[in-house]
Amino acid sequence: MEWYSEHGALGMKQPTPLTITGGRLVLGGGVTKGGVRLVDGRIAALGDISPLDGDEVLDAKGQLIAPGLVDFGVFAVDKPAFHFGGITRAALMPDQSPPLDVPSRVRFVAQSGKPDFWVHPLAAATKGLGGSELAEIGLMREAGARGVATGRQWIGDSGAMLRLLQYAAMLDLVVVCHAEDAGLTGPAAATAGEMATRLGLPSAPAEAEALAVARDIALAEMSGAKVHFRQVTTKTALELIRQAKARGLAVTGGVTPAHFMLSDLATADFRTFARLSPPLRPESDREAVREAIGDGTIDVISSGHDPRGPEDKRLPFADAQPGMAGAETLLAMVLTLVRDEVIDLSRAFDLIASAPARLLGVEAGILREGYEADIALIDPEKPWVIDSRKMEASAGNTPFDGQPTQGRVTALWKGGVRV
Amino acid sequence: MTSIEKSSFAGRYPSGGAAFPHRDLLGIAQLERHEILYLLDEAEQWVEFNRRPSKHNDTLAGLTIINAFFENSTRTLLSFEIAGKRLGADVVNMHAAQSSVKKGETLIDTAITLNAMRADGIVIRHGSSGAVALIASKVDCPVLNAGDGSHEHPTQALLDALALRHALRARGEAADDFTGMNVTICGDILHSRVARSGVLCLTALGANVRLCAPPALMPVGIERMGVTTFSNFDEALAGSDVIMMLRLQTERMEGQFIPSPREYHHLYGLTQKRLANAAPDALVMHPGTMNRGVEIDSEVADLIDRSIITRQVEMGVAIRMAALDVLTRRARGVPGWSGTVNTGHWA
Repeated sequence: MEWYSEHGALGMKQPTPLTITGGRLVLGGGVTKGGVRLVDGRIAALGDISPLDGDEVLDAKGQLIAPGLVDFGVFAVDKPAFHFGGITRAALMPDQSPPLDVPSRVRFVAQSGKPDFWVHPLAAATKGLGGSELAEIGLMREAGARGVATGRQWIGDSGAMLRLLQYAAMLDLVVVCHAEDAGLTGPAAATAGEMATRLGLPSAPAEAEALAVARDIALAEMSGAKVHFRQVTTKTALELIRQAKARGLAVTGGVTPAHFMLSDLATADFRTFARLSPPLRPESDREAVREAIGDGTIDVISSGHDPRGPEDKRLPFADAQPGMAGAETLLAMVLTLVRDEVIDLSRAFDLIASAPARLLGVEAGILREGYEADIALIDPEKPWVIDSRKMEASAGNTPFDGQPTQGRVTALWKGGVRV
Repeated sequence: MTSIEKSSFAGRYPSGGAAFPHRDLLGIAQLERHEILYLLDEAEQWVEFNRRPSKHNDTLAGLTIINAFFENSTRTLLSFEIAGKRLGADVVNMHAAQSSVKKGETLIDTAITLNAMRADGIVIRHGSSGAVALIASKVDCPVLNAGDGSHEHPTQALLDALALRHALRARGEAADDFTGMNVTICGDILHSRVARSGVLCLTALGANVRLCAPPALMPVGIERMGVTTFSNFDEALAGSDVIMMLRLQTERMEGQFIPSPREYHHLYGLTQKRLANAAPDALVMHPGTMNRGVEIDSEVADLIDRSIITRQVEMGVAIRMAALDVLTRRARGVPGWSGTVNTGHWA
């Protein structure tokens, strides 16, 4: 099903069969004791199995055997960080330099992680991500694009957006939207409210998100396009998505851990690691996001991985670039939702692996015989402290700096090969 | 000439450095009420001193104070420069708006450079909220915020409080603080650091603060800072004891907030007629860069018994002298000032 032969020139072959025993398999229906056998880079058997003669054997010692995470919408291919976080595939945003707006660049980045990491490019919806002229989406699909994205920006021209959605619907590509009405947001670096007011930061009303979501839902309904809002962070926008889903529209929502872990209080003292896009919201919105994860309004949790060095972050708050390095902390933050009983373990892995794979149309993100052996061995209780100075990512800009947490990947296989 | 008799407030404050346990003066938000009063009381001696014919003191002799202004300023820069010089410091002005910053040097690198020159105090103005705290976190000497974006301008709030105190005393009203007084701040609240610091300072000193602005220039959620908001100026003025007018900061506006200065004056300009709605002896203040005929009429700005605008400027020098004196006491080894100090840095 993959557009590119997995065992081609760039392939890395699993030398001997591996059987992982004594684990807890994270399956769609729940978590069951068992093991997994990996042969020739694929899942050969699953469940209550025993190793065959000649297999390499590994005792999971009760750890979780989970699908490798599929991270939907990252801004950099940062393998050490992804591997640390148990991520074996990521959908790459088109906001690269230069942008992914022509087939050759899409083809190049689609190869760029192999063999131990797979990148699924999201094609720029418009040329240069300028928001007006349609890019060659059909040709980029042939080159490996798994979706279309508006990038970090909202497309303000509703006519251009409708034509984009109609075109993407014809090509059966999901359109990944950034939902902030640019007229309302302007140069905002914060959400309007007490915090932004006390700090004197340029701010925009949280309703900027709901306005953008409302328009794009209306256009999705007209065009029949599949629309994914990469980050839905406000109560009112979540309610719009809830209603759209109830009407049967192909609308999905995502979020990153920052918006269910933190509120705009984290921006006190002008910490630029908490300068995000969309900006952090008041506590009431954070609670609404957690509720939406619990009731299924949110389909995908992604890292939004966007490592930014001091040249982008050691600046006054409003002058700093938005974005956070999130790949290493994605799993641990999602596991906090399990401990808080917002979701169960199966649903957690649906949010961070299966659902994003479904959106991308790739056979990944679940443990199933015949699928690529992308496997993460996880100790969900293992305690550790997030330290921005000791991260695998190319920059340590995490708003969770200094926070103690639990849950670590102890081993990872991509296509049956240990990474 | 080195010893200035202190006003008699010994015993009102914790002794020595405990009276002001901060290394920097970044904002009013970090200060306790008694720390605000301490700075005001410290400034009193300099008010008297500044009225003398000869105004030289060696308190800061040998110390280097750098005024690093990343945003243009005339009055605040001059006020800090005079304050430093009257205390005997070597004062250097860095007009960062025309310096290496234009050549692409980052703010942090500029801060490290200033620090390497071994300044004993750095006064910073910057157009971005939080920038002064960022610089403070990278240097080893006291930092004074002379205005950061739309965030804080603590010496302005302190000098306003001092000017108000003096005006009230001149009328024979005991005025240690402003308990029960109604103070209205009217103008571009959204972009104003003067308003934010003013709200924090005035409410800490007991005043009832009213803010008045057209809705688009009123920051969301500012009621949470303990103020009452108005969009109708006449309603805000009713019963006001003090009226502080702010100018429209068009340089910080993205998009249009006001149809025209003429229309703004019609709705929000402080005229003689409007002033009559306030308390009979209401005082008029303005932090500076007045746009006569827009937010305030000349005849109001120049009212001898009501306008304390020039007194505000006078008090500015005294407050800045007090701030420079207090913040450098640890480095100068003033007895009792060697204890721990709160730098408040997060990184």
